[in-house]
Amino acid sequence: MKVWKYGDNINTDMLFPGKYTYTCSTAEEIKPHLLEDLDPSFSKQVKVGDIVFAGKNFGCGSSREQPVVGLKAVGIKAVVAESFARIFYRASINQGLLLIECPEAVKAYSKGNNIELDVDNGKIIVSGKTFSFPKLPEEILAIRDAGGLLAYTRSKLKKR
Amino acid sequence: MSMTFVEKILAKYAGEKNVVPNQIVTVHPDHLLTHDNTAAIIQKIKPELKEYGVCDKSLSIIVLDHVIPAASEKTATNHKVIREFVRTHNIENFFDVGAGVCHQIVVENGLALPGKLLLGSDSHTCSYGAVGAFSSGIDRTEAASLMLTGETWLKVPNSIKMTLSGKLKLGVSAKDVVLHIIGDISASGANYCSVEFHGDVGQFSIEERFTVANMGVEMGAKNAVFLVDDVTKKYLGSIGISGSSYDPIYPDGDASYMQELEYNLSSVVPMVACPHTVDNVKPASEMDGLEIQQCLIGTCTNGRFSDLKIAADILKGKKISPNVRLLVLPASKKIYQDALRAGVIETLVESGGVVLPPGCGPCLGAHQGVLAPGERCLSTANRNFKGRMGCKEAEIFLASPATVAVSAIHGRITDPREVIKK
Repeated sequence: MKVWKYGDNINTDMLFPGKYTYTCSTAEEIKPHLLEDLDPSFSKQVKVGDIVFAGKNFGCGSSREQPVVGLKAVGIKAVVAESFARIFYRASINQGLLLIECPEAVKAYSKGNNIELDVDNGKIIVSGKTFSFPKLPEEILAIRDAGGLLAYTRSKLKKR
Repeated sequence: MSMTFVEKILAKYAGEKNVVPNQIVTVHPDHLLTHDNTAAIIQKIKPELKEYGVCDKSLSIIVLDHVIPAASEKTATNHKVIREFVRTHNIENFFDVGAGVCHQIVVENGLALPGKLLLGSDSHTCSYGAVGAFSSGIDRTEAASLMLTGETWLKVPNSIKMTLSGKLKLGVSAKDVVLHIIGDISASGANYCSVEFHGDVGQFSIEERFTVANMGVEMGAKNAVFLVDDVTKKYLGSIGISGSSYDPIYPDGDASYMQELEYNLSSVVPMVACPHTVDNVKPASEMDGLEIQQCLIGTCTNGRFSDLKIAADILKGKKISPNVRLLVLPASKKIYQDALRAGVIETLVESGGVVLPPGCGPCLGAHQGVLAPGERCLSTANRNFKGRMGCKEAEIFLASPATVAVSAIHGRITDPREVIKK
């Protein structure tokens, strides 16, 4: 498992350039352009189970779902950041990509540290040190547990 | 219980007497905005659309504006798919290629009104706070779900009160004010929050309020709002909306804010946001002399009539630098026509400007006016992210229409107060 570490204000143009917005929509089309203008090695070397660490305001900028779909598709286990931009945060809930807002864990991390995740109990362990992160509210967990927003909406429509 | 603007409006839409920050509420928005991304949205819910249809044909506002006219077979096909969807489901509010940028269209057509709640799968949906609406950006899967069900959840945000006092100096604009604020509180300074503007805001027209609210998301805000006053009422009257058709919402005088900030407008100077973040703001005078190759006046931030007029007044009888391309992008067809009639377009073209069709144009780097490596663009848009205008080795600087117009003449970033002296 590799940790990809980035700084503050990683915006959606860095995560997935706007010029591809209307030409790439499937996960397979998105993958090769993930983080293209931020870290060209990412899309070539990322592996299932990797984690992204970042600073403040991760995912700021446009309402752009492609980076969320892409990060999920390449198997990113979680994005751990000091804070997230809200549209990116909602998009991740809706796609089932795990985001962890935990500034202490981000600050404690340095290259090569071992990371363990205990999502159900809201714990992240960085090189032996345990940090807690808040659980999502019940209403929102229901979306995640349904397998994302569209699955949740489908089941809601069937019940009507 | 005393409430802020956002607490009141979310309580109203949730059918609750009171709400408090961090509470999750279910709301049914008045409108849902989508644009060229509508093709990808409806693709996600094809079987459900077939089985259930859209929940309400008056909910969606669909505007083709991001890549217009189509730049490729793929984008042309996107547009075609959207037109077919609009016909099949009798979508009431559809605006085809050439109508303008979605956010301008929403306000100009009276689709955003005081006290209304709008969501849109575009981050600059926050613009409608200019007319006292609550509006906020969402992602496109959520837009798909809303088309089917008409409802979603919102977390009640904390509120920030920004009091703007004093009067702007000559050559300084609303754009400079919002850049100044973002430079002060940072690109994440209002994350998850509702921003209310108070104080001497009566001096700002709806167009100027639009510029400020539009950039609310650049400080991380969920929404940004100017409370309804005579300026709002007069503007709405001018587009044929009578006072009886809306119900303004005002915060209580003793509402509780997470943060209260004060800005003295008379000390704001022309500002430039430098690469590659919007909060990397410096006074234009400090950037003076930096060579630029492209200038852009337009977009949902600064593509309104008054913006084009300011630029035309500066450029009248003058030529732009031979080393610069000046792109002009009216925010809507209506603005384009008003600017044509007023001779504003003629002046801008005579000075060397190239007029692009009303839409998003070069702002997101998908087509038109893409930059080359090593080039610098001075733009009135809202984002200067790396690669934003199609090239990661180019640099984007953001400023007011006056700063961009004066700089276009010199081919260098120039403080507009050098020219605007009356």
